[in-house]
Order: sequence, then structure tokens, then C-alpha cells
Amino acid sequence: MTLIGAPVRRVEDGRLLRGQGRYVGDLTLPRTLHVAFLRSPYAHARIVSIDSRRARELPDVSACVTGDELAPHARPLRSESRMTGYRATEFPPLARGKVRFAGEAVVAVLAESRYVAEDAVEVIQVRYDTLPVVATPEAAMAAGAELVHDAAGSNVLLSRAFVQGDADAAMKTAALIVADRFRVHRHAGVTLENRACLAHWNAGTAELTLWSSTQVPGLLREALADLLDLPVHRLRVVAPDVGGGFGVKSALYPEEVAVCALARLTGRPVKWVGDRREDLLTSTQAWDETIDAELALNADGTIAGLRARAVADVGAYSIYPWTASIEVIQVISFLPGPYRVPHYRGEGWGVATNKAPMGPYRGVGRPVSTFVTEALVDRAARRLGIDPVELRLRNLLRPDELPYRSPSGLVWDSGSFVESLERAHEVLDYARVRAEQRRARDAGRYVGVGVASYVELTGVGSAISASPGAAINTGTEGATIRVDPGGTVTASFGLACHGQGHETTLAQVVAEELGARLEAVRVIHGDTAASPSGTGTYASRSAVIGGGAAILAARALKTKALAIAAHLLEVSAGDLTLADGRATVRGAPDRALTLRAIAQAAYGGAKRLPNGMEPGLEATRFYDPYFGTASNATHVAVVEVDPETCAVTVRRFVVVEDCGRIINPLIVEGQAIGAVAQGIGAALLEEIVYGEDGQLLTGSLMDYLVPTAAEVPAIEVVHLERPSPTTLGGFKGVGEGGTIGAPAAIANAIADALAPLGVEITELPVTPERLFRLIARARQTER
Amino acid sequence: MSDPVTVRVTVNGVAHTGRCEPRKLLVDFLREDLGLTGTHVGCEHGVCGACTILFNGEAARSCIMLAVQADGAELLTIEGLMQDGRLHPLQEAFREHHGLQCGFCTPGMLLTALDLLRTNPSPTEDEIREGVSAVLCRCTGYHGIIKAVEAAAQKMR
Repeated sequence: MTLIGAPVRRVEDGRLLRGQGRYVGDLTLPRTLHVAFLRSPYAHARIVSIDSRRARELPDVSACVTGDELAPHARPLRSESRMTGYRATEFPPLARGKVRFAGEAVVAVLAESRYVAEDAVEVIQVRYDTLPVVATPEAAMAAGAELVHDAAGSNVLLSRAFVQGDADAAMKTAALIVADRFRVHRHAGVTLENRACLAHWNAGTAELTLWSSTQVPGLLREALADLLDLPVHRLRVVAPDVGGGFGVKSALYPEEVAVCALARLTGRPVKWVGDRREDLLTSTQAWDETIDAELALNADGTIAGLRARAVADVGAYSIYPWTASIEVIQVISFLPGPYRVPHYRGEGWGVATNKAPMGPYRGVGRPVSTFVTEALVDRAARRLGIDPVELRLRNLLRPDELPYRSPSGLVWDSGSFVESLERAHEVLDYARVRAEQRRARDAGRYVGVGVASYVELTGVGSAISASPGAAINTGTEGATIRVDPGGTVTASFGLACHGQGHETTLAQVVAEELGARLEAVRVIHGDTAASPSGTGTYASRSAVIGGGAAILAARALKTKALAIAAHLLEVSAGDLTLADGRATVRGAPDRALTLRAIAQAAYGGAKRLPNGMEPGLEATRFYDPYFGTASNATHVAVVEVDPETCAVTVRRFVVVEDCGRIINPLIVEGQAIGAVAQGIGAALLEEIVYGEDGQLLTGSLMDYLVPTAAEVPAIEVVHLERPSPTTLGGFKGVGEGGTIGAPAAIANAIADALAPLGVEITELPVTPERLFRLIARARQTER
Repeated sequence: MSDPVTVRVTVNGVAHTGRCEPRKLLVDFLREDLGLTGTHVGCEHGVCGACTILFNGEAARSCIMLAVQADGAELLTIEGLMQDGRLHPLQEAFREHHGLQCGFCTPGMLLTALDLLRTNPSPTEDEIREGVSAVLCRCTGYHGIIKAVEAAAQKMR
């Protein structure tokens, strides 16, 4: 049995199950100062004065630092973009002059404990002059609106369009147009571990080390070097065990800049561990978009064209490095989905308001684009009297049409769009479910079936940035593999794991490609001092790009190891196999050398090596998949709506996914199911709510509801496993997909359940209150 | 700030005497004063369950209790779950069924599951879902957790 594809139990579980994980909050250094941030109670206000005298006088308080005081030691974050129609803005580590959202850090208090630091925050006096709050994109775009960033000259921070063909003409000649305004509310990632960071300045060597609960240590190192005026090699960023990411931990945060600068300023380690209130107030949030979309169809049900305008509320700041464009531009980029859309026009705008910054969240743009497109496809099916599965089959791209350049310029290298839908149809036993639905309807129950098909771009190489227009390269990763004289193998990556099990999956790839025993391979990640340059883990890239780099480095090492073994055994390298940690002569199994013996020769010098061979047994290789590879799936949800309580119960959920060649089916299934659970939350429960005054009204987990085990049903996952033709190893990314398909499938299932009432779902999440209003309105119209 | 008080507590069978401020949370006492960082802090308002420990044999949220409330109590934390140097059947089952990803909720989840199986050794799937719904997991979708608790229940009976 090969290691790639085996359900290997996870290496990392040993420590995590025994409470021996090491998250940032668990780390202690002697003489550490603990930070509490005084955060703005207002969404928009000028800072008139800050009086920290009483705070400074408290025992065990070391310093209170304002934005103006920190400014000489750390530059503001500034996220640039190559996108025309983008206005760059600045995000200071501590507010200067004015605050732009409730929760923005204003003063950093350093004390011997977090308890004391919070005491000190309580007695700092800040005088604010409140400014009119920019509460919505509509208000932000109105003439004479208050500006969130005066320097930008407008609240519209970005705009962009994708055009193919003539969508307007397609609308004119279409047999049917379905159109609506869709609204997807603000969402929070809610990693179980809140954000945290710890910085240590070594004055002797002028080196700064930052431990951070981040997905992107490499990216942070380069950005911080710039903001702190340090050479990159004097900075080390470590992401130890990290308690979930989901995109929320993939940006550089002001707190990270502040603790670094404060450690350098005070000469003492400085630690900040965010609490849940801070997380809900200040971690990047997602979506918050309004999309007007029109789908035109021909009489035979084929799609004639698609037209859309998407406006995103990007909050108060453009985050580094992804910029405020990351979500809305992905929406208009992915709206055509896995379908043949000959004419397309998608326009997007990102508008600043006085809310927490918007950033990437699992699926980025695609949960929203899939919701919109799949809702329109279902609506068209109802209008045309065609079964929604049949209508999709008429429009999905077939394998013989791939590779395919999407209307927004993305390349689908391959895909099993039709096959995944057909398989989902079969696994669900669609005809039987429809028959049960009819019986339920006759009995007065509202049961519905919803389908969602999507395609996503994963393992994005250097052709485009993971965030459209972002000014950094996200297309490459490296792997360094070293066989030590003891014959054990260390493989290090610039990737950073926060639950995906890289220590297991990448070890599987290395062991198989090199021919080492799995137990002999140790994977190191999340430490810039121990790895080749890379950025980190986000955008479903690690298996594709990191796995590709692992394959290249392992193959290089294997070639060298076999050459050494051939020399020592006096055979030709072609007569040898290397597997399970032994190089063996084909047909003569007793003539063999262990990897350890080969490694000892490799480090033993010229006498034991082939003539002219460089000693040592290690290799570093980088990989760039250039375009990236398409991953796809079909999700089907069966739901029941209780018309009295307006509760929605997910009765069944089927995922037929294609992530290419599977490294570890256990982990793929875990990623798919975990992501669907987040999609269920997005569809039914989770919503960040701000008041008109810019105050966060969902600042606790009593108000912001994430699914518990009682709300997530058993989820059936089927793997198609059609290897990518364009990536090394045939891998495609799988981490995000579940969150992309689930909201759309559930929304469609609810609309299908309530079709007798004529209810359409255009707004997420579908809370009981929203559903109550929809049902009441439908019944009123009926009368 | 008030003067420190003495807290005597038995954790994982070992008696400890500590001194801390009366306002100190039990979870901070465990993590900072006793160095038992396996108990995690996820929300500090008693919702997420990451900080769950056994308090005199019953599951309790250590983030909404004060250390002084534990004076004289017997506590079990994740660090005490192994038996004779071997993983507890629940720990084994979580590994076998991929019941964890990032691992942050895992200590609280394991102790909650232990409490469930002690009070209900043969739970149905719905009872397991109800029982572990006391702890939020953002990674797994609970699938592996439910399977693991089912498997551990069988083994422990």
C-alpha cells in the first residue's frame, strides 16, 4: 500500500490529546509584560486628549503608550494593490488623530499581569469628539458623506469589472430573465483560539522574535521588517500550535506590529492574548455584500448571459496584504461558477464604513457568488418547469470543454462538474427523496431539496495573486528535506498549520517520494528560522504548492541517495529501489543499505562517495504551479422547515467532492465536513450585527451563534479523486470547499421546501425571524 | 486589588497550595500558577466550553469560576486523563476517528465526553450530540467527535 492515499492517523494528535500542545497563550518568557489595549468605545471620533497619569501610577504598570508615542517606532500598515480603481489607505498600529471603528486600539498598557493591565485601562481618560458614523455603504456613497479616510478623498476604496461578450445584448434577446437583489450579512470566522502574540527583542544580537497565532509567518516576517525598519534576517516569526485560522489569521494585525515595537522599546518580552470580545470586535470579518444579479436563459434552458453588481461593506481599513478588495472582487470573479456563460459583466465596489475591517474567510467570495448563482439557477428551473438537476446538467462545463478560460479570466484546468452532480444525484437517491417530499407536502410538511455546484481555484501559482491585485507573490513555496547521519528525515516548510494535519500529510508525501519510513520523517512548519522562504497556509494552497515542493526536494534527495548506495554496493543506480528506508538491489533483497548507512556515507567525506560528489544529504526545492488547479464539488441538502417556529432542520447533507489525488482520506473528509458545518452556520445562524451608531451588537458567543453538535447532521462525503493534470502529485486544494457549497445548497433547499408558498431566499443567514417575515408576507399575498 | 489568599486544591491527584488574588479565575490559576496550560481559554464567558474540567467529578467551566471557589476541591484536567502512562480510551478514540483538528477545543471536549459517559455509559447518537453540544468545535463539524465518543463508550463499558 502506498503512503499517499492512506488514512494515516495524525502525528500531531499525540500532543494535542494530552494537553501538551503549545499555543501562543501557553508560552511564557521571563520578565514578560502583558498588554491590554484601551479600545475605542465609538465607531467614529476624533481623539482630543489622552490622560494616562492615574494608570501609570498603579503598581506593576510599566507603560501606557499612545499611537503618537508608538509612531516613531512602527510605520502604519499600508496595503497596496496593482488594481486600477483602488485607493490605498493606512492602518496605524494604534489609532492616531481619530478612531474609525468601535474596538480600534487607542492605548497599549503594559503591566506585570493582564489583570493589572486591564485595571489600568479602566482609569485612562480619553476625550473624544464624536463624528457622524458611516454605517452602511449606501450612506458612505451618498453625496457629502463623512469620509472614513480623509486622505482617500472617497469612501469607495476600490472598483473593478470583469466583462466577456455583451451581457446587455444577451439580456435583450433572452427567453427568460431571473433577477433579484441578494444580501449576505456580515460573518465572523470565530477561531476557537483567539488571536495572540508574544514578541521578544534580543538587544545583544538586535534580533526580534514574534510568536503569533497566525496562518502566515513568512508573510508577517517580511511585512514587519519593513514596518519596524529591521533587516528581514533579524526577524523570526513563529506560528506554534494555532487554534484554527479559516482566513481570519491570514492578515497582519495592528496588535502584532504593536507588540513587536513595544518589545523593542521596553527591552522586555511583550505578550497580548486577545479575549473573545476583542476577537468579535477586531478580527477581520467577512462578506457583508449586496448583489444585484440577472441571469438570462434561452428557451432550452441554456444560459445566455449573466450580469451583476456587487457592493461590499469593507469596514474601516484595508487589511494587509490582501487589501479591501479580496472579498468582493472574488465574488464577481466567481459568479459564473462551473457553467458555460457566454456573456458576462460583473462589477464590484468596496466601500469603507465605520466597522471592523473585512477580510478573507474560508472560501473567500465563493460562498457568496455560489449562493447568488445557484439561487438564480434554481429559480430559472422553477420558471421553466425544468428539474433543477436537469437544468444544471444542460449548463455545466463538460470535461471535453476543459481547460476553460472563465469569463473573469480564471483557468479551469480540469474538473468533474457533471460527474459530481450525477454522483450526488445517485447517492442521494434523488427520485426517492422527491417522492418523500411529495408525501410530506401532502401531509402539510415543508421538506425541500437544494443543490449547489461550484468550482474554486486552489493552489494558486504566481500567475495571479491569491487576492486579486495584491502586491505580493503568493504563488510559490519551498521545502527543505534533510536526512541526518542518523538516517532520520526532517522536512521543513514555510507553511503554517492550524488544524489541517500537515505534520502527517506532508510526511506521507515525503516518505513515499523519498522511500523513507513514515515514522522516520518529521515535518517542521510555522517557523521562519527553520524553513525556506514562503508565506504560509491560506487559500487551499498547502497540499498543492507545499506538496509539490516536497515532491521535488524528495526526488532530488532520492536520486542522490541512490547514487551513493549504488557506489557503495557497486551496482548501477538503476538496479536499486529505495523504499521503507532501505536501498535494495532488484532481485537480490539481501544486498541492501539502510538510509542511515547511506546518510553516514553522505556526511563521511570523499572516500565513501562517488568521484566528485558533494557531501551531505539535503535538498531545497521550490514549486510554482503557475495558474493553480480547479477543485469542484456538488452539495445537496435536504431540509425541513417548521412553519410555526420557522426553524430549519438539515435532515441530510451529501458532498461529492473532487480534490484530485487524495493524500489522506481521513483528513480530506475532516476538512470537507468541518467546512460544511461552517456553511450551515453561515446559512442559518451566524450574523455579525452593528447598530446604526456603529456599535457591535453581537459581541459575545451568546449573540453570535456558531453551530453546536446538535445543529450539524451526519454529513455524507463521497470522493471522486480525479487527479489534477497540471499540478505535481495531482493534488487539488480542499480546505475551503465545504463552506462554499453549503450555504447555497441549504438556501435552495429552504426555497424548495417553501415553493408552495412562493418564498424565495435572497438573504443569508436565514434566521427564524427572517423566515417568519417571508412566510407571513407570502401568506398575505396568497389571501 | 486585594491581598493574596491561599488556595489548596488537588489537581490530577496531586495536592497543590497556591496564593493568588481573590479575583483570579480558576482557569488562569491552573494555567499560570500551576503551569497546566492544557486547559484552554476560548471565550471567558462560559459558552465555548474549551476550559471545561472536572470539578469534584463533574464537568465545570473553569473560566467562570474563581480559583478561591476551588479551595478544597478535587480537579481533573486534560493533563490527568491518561491512565498508567497510556492514553485514555477517549483519547485513543479521538485519534482513531479524527475527532480533532486544531486541538484547541479538544481538552474541554474530552472532559465533557468523560462526564457524559460517566453519567450515561451507553448514550445514543442524539444523546452524544446533546452532551457534547456543551463545547464548541469550529474545525471538525463534530462528525469525528461523535464517532469517537460512540467508540470509546463501547470500549469503556
